[in-house]
Amino acid sequence: MVVIYLLGSVAVVLTLFFSRNKQFVYSLLGLFLVWQTWFTLQACLHFGTTDSVYFTFDSLGILLLITLSIVAVPAAIHSYIYIENHFEPPRSRSIYLASLILLIMAISAGYLSNHIAVTWIFTEITTLSASALIYHHRNKLALEGTWKYVFICAISITFIFIGILFLSLSLQHAGSDNLSFTNLLARSDELNPIWLRLAFLFIFTGFTAKLGLVPMFTAGIDAKDTAPAPAGALLASVLMNLGFVGIFRFYIVIANTPLLHWAQLVVGTSAFLSLFVATVYMLKVKNIKRMFAYSGIEHMGIVMLGIAAGGIGYYAAILHIILHAFVKSTLFFQYNQLYRVFQNKSITHIGNYFKYNPTGAMVLLLGFISSAAMPPSGLFVSEFLIFKSMFDAGQILLLVVVLLLLTMIIWAFGKNIFKVLFVPAEGFNDAHVVRTSPWESLSQFLLLATAVYLGLNPPPIFVQLLKESIILLPH
Amino acid sequence: MIHILLIIFIITLFYMSIANRLMTYIKVLALQGVLLFFVVFIQLIEMNPVNLAFILLETIVFKSLAVPFFLSYLLKRNNITREAEPFLPNFVSLVITTAIVVVNILIANAIEDSHLDKIFFVVALSTLFFGLYIIATRRKIITHVMGYMVIENGVFVLSLAIGNEMPLLVNLGIMLDIFASVLILGIFMNKIGDVFKDVDVDQLSNLKDY
Repeated sequence: MVVIYLLGSVAVVLTLFFSRNKQFVYSLLGLFLVWQTWFTLQACLHFGTTDSVYFTFDSLGILLLITLSIVAVPAAIHSYIYIENHFEPPRSRSIYLASLILLIMAISAGYLSNHIAVTWIFTEITTLSASALIYHHRNKLALEGTWKYVFICAISITFIFIGILFLSLSLQHAGSDNLSFTNLLARSDELNPIWLRLAFLFIFTGFTAKLGLVPMFTAGIDAKDTAPAPAGALLASVLMNLGFVGIFRFYIVIANTPLLHWAQLVVGTSAFLSLFVATVYMLKVKNIKRMFAYSGIEHMGIVMLGIAAGGIGYYAAILHIILHAFVKSTLFFQYNQLYRVFQNKSITHIGNYFKYNPTGAMVLLLGFISSAAMPPSGLFVSEFLIFKSMFDAGQILLLVVVLLLLTMIIWAFGKNIFKVLFVPAEGFNDAHVVRTSPWESLSQFLLLATAVYLGLNPPPIFVQLLKESIILLPH
Repeated sequence: MIHILLIIFIITLFYMSIANRLMTYIKVLALQGVLLFFVVFIQLIEMNPVNLAFILLETIVFKSLAVPFFLSYLLKRNNITREAEPFLPNFVSLVITTAIVVVNILIANAIEDSHLDKIFFVVALSTLFFGLYIIATRRKIITHVMGYMVIENGVFVLSLAIGNEMPLLVNLGIMLDIFASVLILGIFMNKIGDVFKDVDVDQLSNLKDY
C-alpha cells in the first residue's frame, strides 16, 4: 500500500511538473490532498501492520502522519493564495507545487519507515524537494539560502550514512546484517558499544540539520527565511518532526543498552546549547520570519531536554512536537498576510497590525501565546511535564538555567510581537494597504484550537497512541 | 597491495593540503578516483560480478572522469582565479593534516575489532576530517565543493571496509555520492557562477537576522 501511495504521488508530481494549465494544476493539488487523506485513513485502518517490508504503521508514525496530513491542507490553501497574489509564471507555479507534494510524500514515507537506511533515503528526498522550494524566488538571496541549505544537508546526510556504516559494524558483532529498528532493538545487548557510540554521534549530528539543533541548525533558519511562507511552514513543523523521528527511533535502540546515560548526556548537551543559541539570536533578531524559525530551535531544544530527562519527559516530548507543528505552522501561514500589508520582513518597519487586519492580528497574538506556552496553550501542558521530568531526574540546576533562558526568549518574542501588533511603524504610508479577507485566517484559528484541545483535553485514543510510541523505552 | 593503495591515498591528502592551484586539487581528486578503482577491484573481487562492475564503473567514470572534468569546466567557464586562497599558510595546513591522521591512528589503535581492517578506518576518518578542514579554511565556494568530494571519497573507503558483508551499503553510498554531487554541482553550474561573479564565501553573507 505504501508503494501504491508512493507511485501515485510520484505520478502526480511528474504530471504537475510538466503541466501548465491553471485549473488542471490546482485540481491535481486537490487530488493529491484527497490521496494523502486516503493514505492516512488506510494507515490508521491497518494500524500495527508492516507494509512493503520497510514500512510499519506504528503509533509514532501514525500520530505524526495525521499531524502532517492536517497541516498539509492549510499549506495547500495558503500556497494557492500565495501564488495567486504573486502572479507566478506557470512554470514556476508547477515546480513549486510539484516540490511541495514531493516534500509531503517523502516526509510521510520517512515517518513510517522501520529501517534506518530507508528513513535516510527519504530524508535525502526531502533535501531535494525543500531546496526547490527555497529557490522559488530565483533571486540572489534565495540562491544563497538554497546553496547553504543544500551544502549543509549534503554534509549531514553523509554523516548519517557514516553513522549507518558504524551501526552495521556494531551489528556484525551480533552476527546479523538486518538494519531494521526491530532487529536492532532485539539485538541491543550484543551490539558493540564503541561502534554504537560512534554511530549515535554521527546519526544524531546528521539529523540535527533537519531537527534544528546545535550543531547543524543554521541551514534550516536560512531555508525557512527564504522559502515562501506556506512552504516554510512545512519546513518549520513537519520536516523538523522527520528529524525527530530519525533520532528518536535510534534513541530507543541505544536506550536499551548500557549506553543510555551517555546518550542522555549527548542529547542533553546539544539540547541545552540549542536553547542557549536560540536565546542569543532571539534577543537580537529583527527579521520576523527568522524569529519564528529561532523559536522552533528553542522548542526542539525543550523537546530533546525532555528526551534526555526520561520518565514522563518522553511522553511530553512527543506531545510537544505534535502541538508545536500546529502552532509554528500557524505563525508561518499568517506571515504572508502580514507581508502583504507592510511589504517588509523587518520588525522595525512593521507595526500597528491591529489597525490593518484585526483578524490576522488576533492570530498572531494567539500564536504568540501558544508558542510561548502560556495557558491555555496546549504547549503549556507539555512544557510543564518536561520541566517536571527534569525535576524528577534531579537536574534542578539545569532546570533553573533553562527557565531563565526561556524567560528571556518570551521577553524578546513578546516585545517584538507587541511592537508588530500595537506600535505604529516609522515612516509607513498606509494609503495603499491591501484589505485581507478574514476568511484567510480561518485555518490558523482551527490549527491553534486543535493545539489547545489536544493539550488540555486529549482524547483517550490520542493518549493511548502517545503512550504506545514510548513503550519501548526503559522507564 | 591494498594497504599500499590506501597509503598512497593518505599521501594524496598531504599533497592536497599544500597545493596552491585549483587544477592540482582537481587532479588529486581524479587520482583518488583511480586509487579507489583498484581498491574496489581487490577488496570486493568475490562480489556478485554485475554489482562489482557497477561499482567499478562508478569509481572510474564518475569519480575520476566526470567530476574532475566538470570541475575544470566550471573553473574555465566562470573564470575562477587559479589560486586556492587558503586562510592559513600551507605549513600550518600540513601540520593540521598530520595531526588529523595521527589522531585517527591513535583512535584506531584503541579499538579492538576483528571485523574491520584498521587501515580502512584510519584512511576513511582522516579523509572525512580533512575534507571538513578544507571546507573550513578555503575561501572559494568551489573549494568547498571539492572538500565535499573528498568527504565522499572517505565515506566510500569506509563503506568498502564492510562491503563484503553488506554490499547493499556500498550501493547506498554510491547513490548518495551521485545524488549529492549532482545536486551540488548542478546548483553551482547553473546559478552560483552566474549570479556571484567572483565566487567567494564572503559574498554569501546577505541572509541576516536584522
